[in-house]
Amino acid sequence: MATELGPTPATKPASGGTPVHHGPKGVGEDNKILSQGKWASWLLAPTIIALGIVIVYPIISAIIMSFQKDAGLDPVTGLFTEGGPAGIQNYVNWLGQQCAAPGGGTVACPPGTLGGQFWSATGTTFLFTVITVTFETILGFWMAMIMARTFKGRGLVRAAVLVPWAIPTAVTAQLWLFMFDFNGIINKLFNVSILWTGSEWPAKWAVIIADTWKTTPFMALLILAGLQMIPAEVYEAAKVDGATAWQRFRLITLPLVKPALMVAILFRTLDALRMFDLPYILTGGANNTTTLSILVINQIRQGFNSAAALSTITFIIIFLVAFIFVRFLGANVVEQSGATGKGKK
Amino acid sequence: MTTTTASTELRARQDKGRKAAQNREKWASARTYISAVVILIWCLAPAYWMVVTAFREVDFTYDTTPWPTHVTMDNFITAFDTSFGNRFGQALLNSIFIGVTVTVISLVIGVFAAYALARLNFRFKYLVLGFILGASMFPGVALITPLFQLFTNIGWMGTYQALIIPNISFVLPLTVYTLTSFFREMPWELEESARVDGCTQGQAFRKVIMPLAAPAIFTTAILAFISSWNEFLIASQLSNEATKPVTVAIASFAGAQPNQIPYTAIMAAGTIVTIPLVILVLVFQRKIVAGLTAGAVK
Repeated sequence: MATELGPTPATKPASGGTPVHHGPKGVGEDNKILSQGKWASWLLAPTIIALGIVIVYPIISAIIMSFQKDAGLDPVTGLFTEGGPAGIQNYVNWLGQQCAAPGGGTVACPPGTLGGQFWSATGTTFLFTVITVTFETILGFWMAMIMARTFKGRGLVRAAVLVPWAIPTAVTAQLWLFMFDFNGIINKLFNVSILWTGSEWPAKWAVIIADTWKTTPFMALLILAGLQMIPAEVYEAAKVDGATAWQRFRLITLPLVKPALMVAILFRTLDALRMFDLPYILTGGANNTTTLSILVINQIRQGFNSAAALSTITFIIIFLVAFIFVRFLGANVVEQSGATGKGKK
Repeated sequence: MTTTTASTELRARQDKGRKAAQNREKWASARTYISAVVILIWCLAPAYWMVVTAFREVDFTYDTTPWPTHVTMDNFITAFDTSFGNRFGQALLNSIFIGVTVTVISLVIGVFAAYALARLNFRFKYLVLGFILGASMFPGVALITPLFQLFTNIGWMGTYQALIIPNISFVLPLTVYTLTSFFREMPWELEESARVDGCTQGQAFRKVIMPLAAPAIFTTAILAFISSWNEFLIASQLSNEATKPVTVAIASFAGAQPNQIPYTAIMAAGTIVTIPLVILVLVFQRKIVAGLTAGAVK
């Protein structure tokens, strides 16, 4: 249970939510909590209302839209078809990769159409996520371990890792597109002639490499912050007891940095699952680099309601992944984010 | 005699041990430096290449000399040239305007929420915190479809408000949780001490709390501005030629020949967009890192 230690007397909500009073100031404390709650709701109101308008409202209307048919011209008969309630048809179409058939009913989407790309886009999204987050974790951990040491020029390294982070993704994408050009520096440097954006796996690797470059620093800084929370005495004590470097890493560093590491991995995973800018600009989604986000954007101009269904599916996928992380892998974001206050440090 | 030998032997062994330890330490610090150089190259080389190319004559776009050759300023002129339909200068102004507006709105709204979350004790605190953290992780595509339809219906497509309002959806949560963790670290006891020493509440706020909170708010403002400045997805769909920000402008940079990507001009534009951020980030490095990681580890 979280305890809040501030200038106000500490109180602990007991099970059931009723405050339990300690000490002689019980009644006064109760009043204080009441008035704090009142204050808090006034202070939080603008943020909650703003987020309600810019997030909750669009979500709800997206869900409503996703159960509507897209009005438009029938591609075969050329007749205008009315919108109207569609039930779960939009979802069924995406998941089953079905497209509307002339004269009602559905057929399997022909290859190349947006409707036929759902599972490949899902696969690509997860592939990018798993590979980039793995690379970023390993590289980021290594960078953090180096940056945690004391050496001359450490400040320079810590400043340098912020550079890829500070460059806008759109610029990063154009920069890597240039470096991955057939005549570009990467082919020259490694003495190869690869058409990086011209076929499936080179294009995928181009996206993965560029994303890893751009986002590893964020990971490294989060892990570094976690490493710095470990008191040096723990290592000293382990050294005195004769622990090897590997033992110190495995038995001290890893378990103690794990909470920060899990949060970093969670943040990066959720970010990677919504990847858009980089593949959109770098490869245009060609050669099987279309992520779910790109698919939604491409669908918008072909039918809002169907796009809304797809964006809802994307949202649910991301939500499920986040849930699994928090529930089963112990990424305690809220508590990690400082809610526990000074008491638990 | 025997004792002397033993002690010499012992000393020799000790020396050996010390030397080995010294060697090990030397080797370890050498490894640290090698690793540091690798990190520096990995992080800086692509950015360096962007700047070098930005200053290279267009005919030598694919020159791979590692240092600046055929240096020219032409690419920067080309970047601002509007004759191929690029409106980079306008895009810069748009990005600044959108970024500043989003940052100010988010800070003004978020500072109250952060104060409540950091300082007050109330029920549902964790629910609110969870909601705000969840909001910052929210996929942009889940918002874009209904907003696209809504803004089309009410004639807002391509307007500044259509770009500013969605940006708030991710900048405001970021602002709130960064500020919350900063506020939690502040020595609020000082406020009470000031009151005890005879300050009025207003004085205590103005003379004690404000100077303490200012760096936190400033850092949060930089982070908020950067995340708005870097936004691409929403702007790429909801902006038009007149209102598009730099990220969209750079992603669709046109050259003289339609089939040729004007890389040198794009690198020049990229340099212009990036350099102010990099300078800002390097100057406030410590604070920025604290702000970036505040939400995750404290």
